[in-house]
Formats: sequence, structure tokens, C-alpha cells
Amino acid sequence: MSVTDPAQTDLGYTDPNPMRAGRWPRVQAVAIPVVSVLLAFAIGGILIWLQGVNPLYAYWVLFQNALGSSEGLLRVMEKSTPLILTGLAVTIGLRTGLFNIGAQGQLLVGALGAAWAGYNFQLPALVHIPFAIVFGMLCGAAWASIAGVLRAYRSVSEVITTIMLNAVAIALVDYLASRPLKELDQPITRTPPIAESAALPDFGIVPSGFLIALAVAIFFSWFLTRTNQGFRFNTVGMNPSAANYAGIGVKKTIFLAMAVSGALAGMGGAVETLGITGRFEPTFNAGLGFDGITIALLARANPIATIPAALLVGTLRSGAATLQFETGIEPEVVDVILALTLLFVAAPIVSRLLLRKKAQKRTSAGSGWGGA
Amino acid sequence: MRARYAYALTIIISSFILLAFVLDETRTVSVLSFSLRYAVPLILAAMVGIICERSGVINIGIEGQMLMSAFAGFFGAALTGNLIIGTLIGVGTGLIMGAFLATGAVTWKMDQIIAGTIINILATGLTSFFYAQGYVLPAITPQLRVPVLADIPLIGPVFFDNGLFTYAAILTAFVLWILLFKTIWGLRTRAVGEMPGSADTSGVNVQRMRFLNVTFAGALAGLAGAYLSIEAASNFDRGMTAGRGFTALAIMIFGAWNPIGAMAAALFFGLANGLASQLQTDEVIDIPPQFINMLPYVLTIVLLAIVSGRIKPPAAVGKPYEKE
Repeated sequence: MSVTDPAQTDLGYTDPNPMRAGRWPRVQAVAIPVVSVLLAFAIGGILIWLQGVNPLYAYWVLFQNALGSSEGLLRVMEKSTPLILTGLAVTIGLRTGLFNIGAQGQLLVGALGAAWAGYNFQLPALVHIPFAIVFGMLCGAAWASIAGVLRAYRSVSEVITTIMLNAVAIALVDYLASRPLKELDQPITRTPPIAESAALPDFGIVPSGFLIALAVAIFFSWFLTRTNQGFRFNTVGMNPSAANYAGIGVKKTIFLAMAVSGALAGMGGAVETLGITGRFEPTFNAGLGFDGITIALLARANPIATIPAALLVGTLRSGAATLQFETGIEPEVVDVILALTLLFVAAPIVSRLLLRKKAQKRTSAGSGWGGA
Repeated sequence: MRARYAYALTIIISSFILLAFVLDETRTVSVLSFSLRYAVPLILAAMVGIICERSGVINIGIEGQMLMSAFAGFFGAALTGNLIIGTLIGVGTGLIMGAFLATGAVTWKMDQIIAGTIINILATGLTSFFYAQGYVLPAITPQLRVPVLADIPLIGPVFFDNGLFTYAAILTAFVLWILLFKTIWGLRTRAVGEMPGSADTSGVNVQRMRFLNVTFAGALAGLAGAYLSIEAASNFDRGMTAGRGFTALAIMIFGAWNPIGAMAAALFFGLANGLASQLQTDEVIDIPPQFINMLPYVLTIVLLAIVSGRIKPPAAVGKPYEKE
């Protein structure tokens, strides 16, 4: 009888923080996010209906615009690219038992760093692009490392420090873009445009940044399950004292995970700068890091699952402007839908609902479905 | 030890202010008034953080709680044409947001960080979604000039000639200090935040205590939000809390989870802000405003790095209570 399957009973909704345990039966890993998203859309639909717009029409506009044409698809892929990367950034943290709230700050620093590397040098494209991306990653990693060092060696909660570092990053990049790195003779606060040789090209309708993000997601899926270092990350995340007994340097692992997380968020910023915006402007990039939290939780801290989660969020974000244009619905309805999704994924509402239903079904259905 | 530093710092700052007052009365009073106005929402918001963390719950959703309340308070006041009703609606909204966090973080034992994040995202979304232009408040918040006290030079015009919210904020800090450290409620609250197991053993209902504290702390976030939209700005803007909920967390840490300490920290950062903008206006020195904005955060990180062993959050913060 699969009712006593340890993976199933272990997981129950009473676990206050299952995310960090990193263990998820596959059925629920798919069912809970899907049901959560549908529920969030339903409630979002009620809000839209209250504004006097047919929700089905509104959602049709939202998705049609994003998925109905090649330009729409391009925009979705562009929007999703930094989201996949910030989602991965938060995921790496969660797997190591860290909650990186600071992806937003790391992304901003990375975006500005890449812009600087992009406009300040003249190099052949084959050198310039990797250099600018790596520089952005280093900026993000360095930024996150402040929180990493404090967490690893000073036991200061990374949640608090990354919140503080977000605010510092916002002020810092604003200062840098308005004074030392500002484009001269321009009233707008922004950096000069990056050199042509640093711009990420599109392959047909696929932005190369998107391909990079996909590759990174696949790499981290392999890294977390198949490498020693990935195993250390997971072990520290599941049980730091056991990891300590096993001879894993917990402090070093925490520091490293935070740096990798920051590098990923910084990469998100870099790819955004080099592939889409072409320069840094403080008003760009708002909210990309926070969407990363939603994406990572929706993906249940699974690197491959961040791809569909980021595509969903990217679709909503890219369709929101058209939605406003066509129906007058404020684009922030997307934030409401995402917050509700996060609520349903993280709160025991949906899992409780599903578990009850499954308990009745299980005798006949067995445990074979959902081999995703 | 720490108290000695605090006293020394207070004396230095006070004598500095006194000197400035002797040199230039109007400017000093205006800088100090600015500092106080800057500090009011932060004091209230920091109290929210203190109550929650002292009870063992991290509240990173203060920002969202304030934003929702600022929104509801403003539109409540504009639609009913009554500032008091508007304020009450704001406080009530804060209470609901507090109960929301309490349900997630305490009853459901959700990850407290996620619960707070949800509040922040939800508040941004809802307030922008329902935002409408063209509403105005029926009146401005009445100023209360305390007789006699307001005539004291320097202190009078700064502290005793203000809107009602300002008095409420200062009073709240003192009352909360007494409640936390001199009453049974305070003892139990601190016990629940430090050693919930022991508190439970001695008959304190940990879950109930946490739930109620987090909920009622939300009401203070509501007051802070109502202050922003009703007294300070007389308007509602999207995202008008502008990170104050997070600054409040920095101030809470800076004040070592002590209401009076947090109030002092809020006033200190207010002073830094007021001074910098005055010096900027007078073209004395050019400090980029961004540096002043990041000051509380940078100092908090530095403080945490230096004294992490000595100033500590309540021991059980962030951990849902599981009966053994």
C-alpha cells in the first residue's frame, strides 16, 4: 500500500518548511503548482469581472498577445530570460537552506556591471559578450557574498542582510548611473549604450540570452543531482548538522551557495542589459528579482521546473501592457495573480485539498502517475 | 556597556543640536521638524517589527501592510469625507493584514518569509489595481499645539506642535516599552519569542499569543500607513511606502528590539536625512541623496557584522512552534 510510502507521509502539510527539505513526491510537485495557478487565475478573474470586463476575454487578450505571434513569442522569451536566471538564483539558495531575498539587488548590480563592461571596452564580440556577462555575474556574486559571509561566519540571517542589500543596491546603482557612469550631455539618468560587440544577438526569433538561460537551468539540474558540490549544497540544505558530521564544510558551502546564487541573479541582469535594454537605466529591471522568488517556489526549487514557471510569469508580464491597452485593466493584476499563486503554493490550502482527495483515490490509482 | 555608548552619543548629538540652535534658530527647528516627520512612520513600523519578532515571528510584510492601509485609509477618508473614519479604516486594514500574516505564519506554520513576501506583492498589486485618480481629502489633519509645552524654545516647536499621528507614534513607543518590560503580557510575549517550549510548559498558549500579537501589531502598521496618506502626503500614490517597511526592520535591529531604542534610531536617521537635505539646499556640501537613503541599511549591515554575537534577535524568531 503506497499510503505508507515514506516520501508521501513525510511530506504532509504539517511540514512548516518543506521547500528547504528539498524532497518532493512527483505527483504533488506538479499538481500543487498547477492547481495553485488555476485558483489564482480564478480569483484574478473575479477581480477583473468586478472592473466590468469579461475575465475570459481579458485572459484571452493576455495570452493571445503573448503567444499568438512571433513578435509576441519573442517578447515572452525576452521577458522570461532574466526570470529563469533569478528563479535559479533563489532555487540554489533554497536547496542550500538559504532564502535569498536579495536577487533583485544582485540583478541590479549585475545589470549595471555588464553595462559598464559593455560600453567601456572595444573588443571582438566573441570576447566582449562573455566578458561582459562574466563581469555582471561577478558583480552579483560579490554583492551576494556580503550576505554570504555574514551568514556563514557571523550567523547573521541572510534574509535581513539581503533585504538591506536590496535597498543599498537600489540607491547605489541610482547614484552610479546618475553621476560617475552617467551618459554625458543627457538629461536622463542612464549609462551610455553598450558597444555593438557586446550586444547579444537573436537567432531567428530566439534571443540568444534565452538559450543561455535554458542551458544554465539544465546545467544546474545536472549540478545539483550529479556532482559532489551539488550534493554538498543539498545536504547542507537538508540537514546542516548531519552535513557537518559527514565532513562537509558547512560554512564554506553556505558562502559558496550564496555567491553562486548572486552570480545567477547578476547574470540575469547582465543578459537583460546586453540582450534587451542595451544600457543601464535605474527604472529598468524593477521586480525581476522578486518574481524570481515566486518562480522558484512555483518550481518547488527544481531547476528544470523554473523554465515553465518563468515562461508563465514572463507571458503574464509581457501580456499585461496589452491587457491594459485593450481593456483598461491595470497591469498590476498580474502581481495579484502571482501573489495568490505564491500563497496557494506555499500555504497548506491546496496541498490539504489534494491530499484529502488523493487519500480516497489512492487505493485504486496507485502511485504511478506523474513521472515528469 | 552599550548603554554607555548610547548615552555618550545622545549627549554629543544634543550638544551639537544646541549649538546649531544658538547659531541659527529657524533652520535648526526646520531640520528637526523634518527629522521628526521622517521618523514618525518608521517609529510605528518598527514597533510592528518589534512586537512580531519579540513574539517569535519575522514580519517582512510591514511594507505591504502599510501600503494597503495607506490606500484604504486615504480612500476611506476621501469617500466618507471624514478623516477619523478614514484613519479607522486604515487601522482596520492593518489589523486584517496582521491577521493575514498571523494565519499564514502562526496557524498554518508557513514559512514566515514567504508569508511576508506574499503580503508585499499582494499589496503592490491590489493598491495599483484599484487605484483611482481624482480623490481628495476633506480636510488636513488637525494640528495639536500643546499649551505651555509648545512655548519651550527648541523642544516646543519641534515636539509639541504637530499632527495627532506624531503624538500617537511617540506615545506608542513609550507605552510599548512599558508593556514589553513591565507587564505580564510583555513577559509572556518575550518568553514566547525566546523559549516557546518553556513558555508552553508554564501555561502560556504560544500559538494564541503569537496570533494575537502579530494581528494587533498589524493595527500599528495600519496607523503608519494612514499617517503616510492622510497626514503626511494628504494623497495616495502607488508604492508610496517607498521601502519604509524595510527601513523599519533596520531601525528595529539598530534599536536592539527595544521600542525606545528603535525610536531613537528612527530619530537619528531622520536627523541625518534632514541635515543632509538642508546642507544640500544651502549648497554647503554635496552629499548625493542616495547615500543618505542607504545610510540606515549600510549601518545596520555593519552593526550586524560587528556585534552579531552580542545583539541578537529573539531566539525563536522565524521558527513555527511545534508542541513536543
